[in-house]
Amino acid sequence: MFGLRFSLRGGRSALRALAIAGGLLAAAPALAAEGEIEIPNANFSFEGLFGTFDRAAAQRGFQVYKEVCSACHSMQQLYYRNLRELGLSEAQVRAIAATVEVQDGPNDEGQMYDRPGRPSDRFRSPFPNEQAARAANNGALPPDLSVITKAREGGADYIYALLTGYSDPPAGVTLMEGMHYNKYFPGHQIAMPPPLTGEGQVEYHDGTKATVEQMAHDVVTFLAWAAEPEMEQRKALGVRMVIFLTILGGLAYAVKRKVWADVH
Amino acid sequence: MAAGQHKSDFTNPVVRWIDARLPVFTMMEKEYGTFPTPRNFNYFWNFGALAMVNLLIMIATGIFLAMQYTPHVSMAFDSVERIMRDVNYGWLLRYVHANGASMFFIVVYIHIWRGFYYGSYKAPRELLWMIGVVIFLLMMATAFMGYVLPWGQMSFWGATVITNLFSAFPVIGEGIVTWLWGGFSVGNPTLNRFFSLHYLLPFVIFGVVFLHVAALHVTGSNNPLGIDPKGPQDTVPFHPYYTVKDSVGLVVYFIVFSILVFFFPNYLGHPDNYIPANPLVTPPHIVPEWYFLPFYAILRAVPDKLGGVLMMFGSILIWFVVPWLDTSPVRSMRFRPIAKWFLFLWTIAFLVLMYCGAKPPEGIYVVLARAATIYYFAYFLVILPLLGRLERPLPLPESIARPVLRGGGPLPAGATSKPMEKA
Repeated sequence: MFGLRFSLRGGRSALRALAIAGGLLAAAPALAAEGEIEIPNANFSFEGLFGTFDRAAAQRGFQVYKEVCSACHSMQQLYYRNLRELGLSEAQVRAIAATVEVQDGPNDEGQMYDRPGRPSDRFRSPFPNEQAARAANNGALPPDLSVITKAREGGADYIYALLTGYSDPPAGVTLMEGMHYNKYFPGHQIAMPPPLTGEGQVEYHDGTKATVEQMAHDVVTFLAWAAEPEMEQRKALGVRMVIFLTILGGLAYAVKRKVWADVH
Repeated sequence: MAAGQHKSDFTNPVVRWIDARLPVFTMMEKEYGTFPTPRNFNYFWNFGALAMVNLLIMIATGIFLAMQYTPHVSMAFDSVERIMRDVNYGWLLRYVHANGASMFFIVVYIHIWRGFYYGSYKAPRELLWMIGVVIFLLMMATAFMGYVLPWGQMSFWGATVITNLFSAFPVIGEGIVTWLWGGFSVGNPTLNRFFSLHYLLPFVIFGVVFLHVAALHVTGSNNPLGIDPKGPQDTVPFHPYYTVKDSVGLVVYFIVFSILVFFFPNYLGHPDNYIPANPLVTPPHIVPEWYFLPFYAILRAVPDKLGGVLMMFGSILIWFVVPWLDTSPVRSMRFRPIAKWFLFLWTIAFLVLMYCGAKPPEGIYVVLARAATIYYFAYFLVILPLLGRLERPLPLPESIARPVLRGGGPLPAGATSKPMEKA
């Protein structure tokens, strides 16, 4: 119509509009639009009004990211120092940061030089730029994962479903060259090969069995923390705010009744 | 008291000294202390004060966000993420600001609806109402430009789609779009000027709100009965009666606001805006923010581009002339048994448009949006002008202080909207 495509997905946005229209602010369950696949609830520790990040799961998830995902996916918004919030010690964070080479400079001679990473460095990106990333990935760009759970419809549940949703294509579906079938990806053809393949891929230090489901659950917990590191503080403050305001509201209403008593 | 000084009634010597030279205390006392206000307001009358508070919240949070934000295409997205992660309580500032925009529109939509239901736009408050429409238009422009600043995918593509609307105008259209962009596509000059204007416009809004309130304090407030106060028995001083009643509404407003900010901060946003803007990748679905959806639906309901643009702007501009389109002398819909139902239907049409605006422009949604668009305009252009002449309003109460029509019953045929005579 305007030289741009104006096709809109219904589902959540329409529901959202109506929820507002009706003044309903409760989180309504997502309506599955025609042809869309319902994303199952993966039961994360951080759901709900009082949810917190399972630190052990998030630490395991970081391990999965470091050993698997980070081969292709950057997390440019994160610093190694942020890992302290997951319960890692200062020494552990230093050790993790030191495993990567970071380019720094220029030095006094005007030369760039490599040095071991520090906690104040951003997570090292696997590719120097978008073109290099595409060239190494069959033309596809692995998205940055810093805010991935906020950047996809369905959030953490969707990422979990995607990571565990690979299968052989159903009969009659022909995949394009280099593509993989995924039940939950829009269009079902995804360039990312199944990233989590099974036991032995990652060896957890705490003895947890590294099944595909376990690794997916852990890494999504880590990604959710990475996207919303303020979440626990936010919800805790929210609970206090609502309690405070409810009491204040009761007082305000009582005062209002008293002030108006002589008018009514 | 020296000549040329204001005669102050305040006893505190400091206040009195200032007030004699600059009577701000006298003015505040007159406009917000003893100001005679109809005694029968319901809670719909909270929403003007709520909108004022909301504006101040937006300005306060916005000023602090601007200290940390970088309006450059290659840095804007990262600077917003930095606010979220590394600025002390930056996440709170940003979520309050982002959700504050939604709260502002919720509050203002209810405020406007109150005006429609209780006929607050009618004489002598026409200009007051028109100033309000100006505020609403400024709000829409400010909100649109604010949504562009994080420079996510929806920021970029929303800006592209909306600015492209102006290309619909013949001859000058393309030139206007280039001028708006400051280039040949949405780019760094666009982001810079949107930031500048997004910072400027709230202060313009503040100025126009001042006029809105000034005009209100000349005519006085309307009230749920839509009849004028006839004496002191019909009014109460603004303070403490309405300061305390507004406080109750304000706390409820803060509870709703808090639930959004602290528990569902991204519920009303679009996930695509957490993807950095990329001019080479068009998102599959470009959707405006929820508060623009009804007007977006009108735009798409018209099968012609220029027609759609004109209808979209017209759907708000028509509010300017509602005081003259509505020919009924009765303000409050409480006493307009037929018009009331047409207004409810208009409200449903507005919500249907909001729903259709979020749906793909195909099939049943096009039919629904067209029907709702036709009714939206018919309400203003046909129903309101005709009903004022055809409808027989219910008898009005004789005064605010004695609103109940005990034993009054309906008036005989041919009765007009004049206040009922004392029995």
